[in-house]
Amino acid sequence: MSSESPVTRGFFGRRRRGDQRLPPGQYDVGDDFPVLTAEVTPQLATENWTFTIEGLVARDRTWSWAELRALPHSTFHGDIHCVTAWSKLGTSFTGVSVDDLLALTPPLPAAGYVLAWSHTGYTTNLELADVIDGRAWVVWEHEGRPLPVEHGGPARLLVPHRYFWKSAKWIAGLRLLDHDEPGFWEQNGYHDRGDPWREERYAGD
Amino acid sequence: MRATDQLGEFRPVTPPGGARREWQRAELVAAWPQTATARSLLLRPAHWQPHLPGQHYLVRLTAPDGYTAQRSYSVASTAARAGVVELVVERLADGEVSPHLHDVLEVGETVEVRGPFGGYFTWSATTPAALIGGGSGVAPLMSMLRAWREVGGPVPLRMVVSVRAPGQLWFADEYGPETTVVYTRRAPAGLRRPPGRLDADTLTAALDGLPADATVYVCGSHGFAEHVGRLLVAQHRDPARIRIERFGPS
Repeated sequence: MSSESPVTRGFFGRRRRGDQRLPPGQYDVGDDFPVLTAEVTPQLATENWTFTIEGLVARDRTWSWAELRALPHSTFHGDIHCVTAWSKLGTSFTGVSVDDLLALTPPLPAAGYVLAWSHTGYTTNLELADVIDGRAWVVWEHEGRPLPVEHGGPARLLVPHRYFWKSAKWIAGLRLLDHDEPGFWEQNGYHDRGDPWREERYAGD
Repeated sequence: MRATDQLGEFRPVTPPGGARREWQRAELVAAWPQTATARSLLLRPAHWQPHLPGQHYLVRLTAPDGYTAQRSYSVASTAARAGVVELVVERLADGEVSPHLHDVLEVGETVEVRGPFGGYFTWSATTPAALIGGGSGVAPLMSMLRAWREVGGPVPLRMVVSVRAPGQLWFADEYGPETTVVYTRRAPAGLRRPPGRLDADTLTAALDGLPADATVYVCGSHGFAEHVGRLLVAQHRDPARIRIERFGPS
């Protein structure tokens, strides 16, 4: 795409893509961790917080905060990419992998899609294949500290190989479906899949 | 869905048939200063399409070696001004794109643009609303205010604009009785309220008479949005009726 772009007189650019970890059109935000939520930051108490997996699974399951935290922990080390063009490189999150959650209530054969929803009503859709095989987590720590509320605490979904709007903050549950059901931003002009390496930012990209 | 359903109802706005919005050339047809550090750019996209108040465009610059940088800017004009879009660019001293749009881009030259985008932070002046902007966050709200005026102000509207000092107020001559301007560091002479952050009493007074079911649009930095969000919730505004657009870094 860049090769087709007409050169802008007098523009040379400063943030060269020196780092192969940066997908096209992204830049390294460094130590910053911007917040771009569309709703008021909710105050969620862990005492009555729950996380649910339902739909096309062996049986609907709901975990309390304590029950979720008791599951095997795993840590993701790597990069995240926001559709607004910043990437945060070499960061880490700790939580429980979606694989470990689905092991406790396996998907039915017809399940092919996931709709994630948040305690705020936010939704986002993913293919089931995008949240299994060590590619998605429910996380409550960022770089060794409790996940701040503005970043989705007490816990958020983490799907780092998709643009970060797919990593729903304040995660409340996953619904497994046999069809694709567009979520909040996906109904508002953003791409259904959101692969940063294919620059799938907006519908039709 | 369930739980608090804070995001409430919204009307999906995707391009017709999910069509891709292509990059296109846009000519700068006029430019003027809003403040010492903000410049209004009136751009004429080759294939202009009407936008909703609150939507944004991407602007892309390309270096001789093919390197590109893109940023998103809210549209301050309305679709009634057919064929053009007004974007306001704050010049960030360490920015990559904004200094170019301030210091280099001249009338008659082109940049690439893509848009309009955004389906949630939009308002078409058919339901009561409050528009609360911090600093350059006023840009999408100005499109909403202008759209409301164009149709004769048919629904209740209140606007609150928060700026540090008088010289930093965008669109300074466009506000009417619907608007309360709050100065946080330095206020113009003769103003009763001392400079300071938007507080609960000022917000209550500014929104006086606005129906409880009004949609509240908040645009500004993350800190501003968090502060205003907390004030609104404390005043029993329904979180499902509060829509927020936070600045990214750029």
